[in-house]
Amino acid sequence: MLARVSTFAIDGFASRRVSVEVDLRTGLPAFTIVGRGDAAVRESRERVHAALLNSGFAFPQRRITVNLAPAHLRKIGPGFDLATACGVLAASEQIPSAALERWAVFGELGLSGDVRRCRGVLAVAEGTRRDRIAGLIVPRECAREAALVDDVVVAGVSSLRQVAALLRGGEVPELPALAPAPKRDAPAEQPDLADVRGHAGAVRALTVAAAGGHNLLLSGPPGTGKTMLAARLPSVLPPLTRAEAIAVTRIHSIAGMYTGQELIRRRPLRAPHHTISPSGLVGGGMLPSPGEASLAHNGVLFLDELSEFSRSALEALRQPLEDGTVAIVRRQRTVMFPTRFQLVASTNPCPCGHAGSPRCRCTEADMARHRRKLSGPLLDRMDLIVPMPRPAAEALDGGPTTSSAEVLAAVLEARERQAERLAGSGLTTNAALSPRLLREHVCADAAAHALLRGAYERGTLSARGHQRVLRVARTIADLEGSACVRAHDVKEALGLREEHAVEGARAA
Amino acid sequence: MSACDGCLRRSALIAALAAHIERARRNHRHIAELLALGEEDLLDALGGGRRGDLERAREGFDPVQARERISAAGLHAVCRHDGAYPPRLTQAADAAAVLHVAGDPGRLAALAIEDAPAVAVVGARRAGHDGLEVARGLGRGLAAAGVTVVSGMALGIDSAAHAGALEVGGPTLAVLASGADVPYPPSKRGLYREIVRTQAAISEMPPGFRPFRWCFPARNRTIAGLAMLTIVVEATERSGSLITAELAQDLGRAVGAVPGPVSAPRAAGSNALLRDGALVIRHAQDALDEALGIGVATALTSHRAQDLERPLRALLARVEDGCDTVSDLAATPAEAQSALAGLSELELLGFLRRVPGGRYVRCS
Repeated sequence: MLARVSTFAIDGFASRRVSVEVDLRTGLPAFTIVGRGDAAVRESRERVHAALLNSGFAFPQRRITVNLAPAHLRKIGPGFDLATACGVLAASEQIPSAALERWAVFGELGLSGDVRRCRGVLAVAEGTRRDRIAGLIVPRECAREAALVDDVVVAGVSSLRQVAALLRGGEVPELPALAPAPKRDAPAEQPDLADVRGHAGAVRALTVAAAGGHNLLLSGPPGTGKTMLAARLPSVLPPLTRAEAIAVTRIHSIAGMYTGQELIRRRPLRAPHHTISPSGLVGGGMLPSPGEASLAHNGVLFLDELSEFSRSALEALRQPLEDGTVAIVRRQRTVMFPTRFQLVASTNPCPCGHAGSPRCRCTEADMARHRRKLSGPLLDRMDLIVPMPRPAAEALDGGPTTSSAEVLAAVLEARERQAERLAGSGLTTNAALSPRLLREHVCADAAAHALLRGAYERGTLSARGHQRVLRVARTIADLEGSACVRAHDVKEALGLREEHAVEGARAA
Repeated sequence: MSACDGCLRRSALIAALAAHIERARRNHRHIAELLALGEEDLLDALGGGRRGDLERAREGFDPVQARERISAAGLHAVCRHDGAYPPRLTQAADAAAVLHVAGDPGRLAALAIEDAPAVAVVGARRAGHDGLEVARGLGRGLAAAGVTVVSGMALGIDSAAHAGALEVGGPTLAVLASGADVPYPPSKRGLYREIVRTQAAISEMPPGFRPFRWCFPARNRTIAGLAMLTIVVEATERSGSLITAELAQDLGRAVGAVPGPVSAPRAAGSNALLRDGALVIRHAQDALDEALGIGVATALTSHRAQDLERPLRALLARVEDGCDTVSDLAATPAEAQSALAGLSELELLGFLRRVPGGRYVRCS
């Protein structure tokens, strides 16, 4: 007797269809699972065996062979339990085989026959729709997550018995009721720019960064509010589109960090500690799982104390930054995760942190060493380099200078102008412009070009900075609603790039 | 431009004795006294057990080979018997026998003319940004008036003075403690290349020589000897620049100092010089008046604040008053926008310079 059940394996960011084939034949009783499963899949035999018996079904005393096809794909995790159990039930004619053709099955089994939550349900549901399977049976706790995908009938089940009843022609159980939204997601709790005192220059830089999608480096002594400012970047970014929200939710679900019932609506902010390993940052491990760069997809990756991160970790970020996706190679297999994030980093201006003030005791050699640590692959990608000196005491006592809502309105307008101009190129922000596209779209007047040339000749701007400043000036013009980049846009952009912090003064 | 055999031999002997001199320095021997000794006396004073070996090496000295090494390193050599040797240096008994020149030998030869103007600008390696800016301004103003800016290419003030002179195309002379072909400190390699390209770096030590500690005060005596006026910009109480000032005084040359805040330890040494009667140097004009005579040359002032448009002038005034960061100048992002643009414009016009920590300082 042969039964076949459809399920899905999580392969990086994607879900791949897996066919669970169960074959029963006479012989000494045995239960084997083949098809490149990991430890969790091998242990699945014991769970399936106990779950069947404890749910009141018979466990066939035959020679049982389970094959997870295709055989070349590595199968990870306990999500195949439920499909295997259904296959055994169908092969032993305890449930009708024909009913299984309409359903994909995904879930972990407990020994008592209860069905438990699994990672990556959203990716599985998207696979179900892609492969035109009518319905999906998932753990009840994950039913809302699966139901985020349209056009798929989702059956949330809490026990194996319930699955059997459903397949014997029972009703599809209703989705669990939405629990009241947890308090911490309430909009009032989101950090707002109105909390920031002083730092008018840095707030302006954050606005420009948000408007053009530019990467931002904040340089200032400890305790001035670099982290506070970075945490407020998501609040001034445009809301996630539905497609973006699905991608974000899917990654968090695959990483096992999603327990909600609705789409994640807020842009993620990830702030890994500087001791993080390269694979923690970009993803990896024996069984590849998404790293911080992917968890920050469509959101913000904040690297506090950039110079403290290991060289190899920063080096690993280069490809994700460039391509917006990371490829992790493990045993001849490559898995891909998306990594389209906006990078914000912070650093001390010098080893002691007080550069420029009389308190600084760093020598020129210390400064040079500090700059050397900073320079490298990531700095090439920073459009805005902004100092954050200690604010004056009066500024701390003063009222808010602006609010997130006000800034967001300006950002949205600027984004709209960019989208209009870039329509058809597949890009949406100035930060993504290639040098060629930048030349095409920048529309800078003669005075603006002359200014840039002057700054370059004076040595206050590097060759690489030249491009970056022009890009930022384009965004400033978009914020102003100007079709062309004018001289004062370039002047402001020059002010927002403190190359001293990283390049060092020339000659002296 | 050449060096005689005897002077080359003495130069080689000093280099061979370098480690011995270093030991003598640690035993509190006076370097200037040692360097003023004749060759025989030097060997007596320092040779000790190895006197015989050193004696033989001295007798086996081959001037042809020495000249080959010098030209192979791309250097020129001038000895005190040559017409291109600066006459001001010969005043001192312990003056270098040979000067090796990297770069344009004409820069040194220019000082061979009687009363050729040269001013030394020296100071702390750990200098504040204001001090650096003053040194740069002095370098710029002096060089633009045709005065050779002499310094030691050390970190901080020295380098800033050279850089200022380079901004207006020189003349400037870097006196090194290492061989003239060895950039020291190594982190100033870029500045060294710039200097050697159009100006000159000189040293009394033979090519390839790596400096001992005694070489730095020895180098200072050459700086003081070359200059008619020595200006200390920033110096702590135990700074090596004070040695240069003292050496200049011993030679009967003028010594000046730039006043610093009385509460700042980094200006304590230079302020003490002022109390002891050094000339007050506020800017390049003060230095020019002292070096060339009052009113002979006017320091170039390319940037005149009066010519600026009103908003820029107001912005500049606020920066001069101490509101020197964007967040000090602007309360709202909109104000920050115009402040950023204005500051950049002032920077491009040469009124301001950005320093680490987000501050803007006035260029002198």
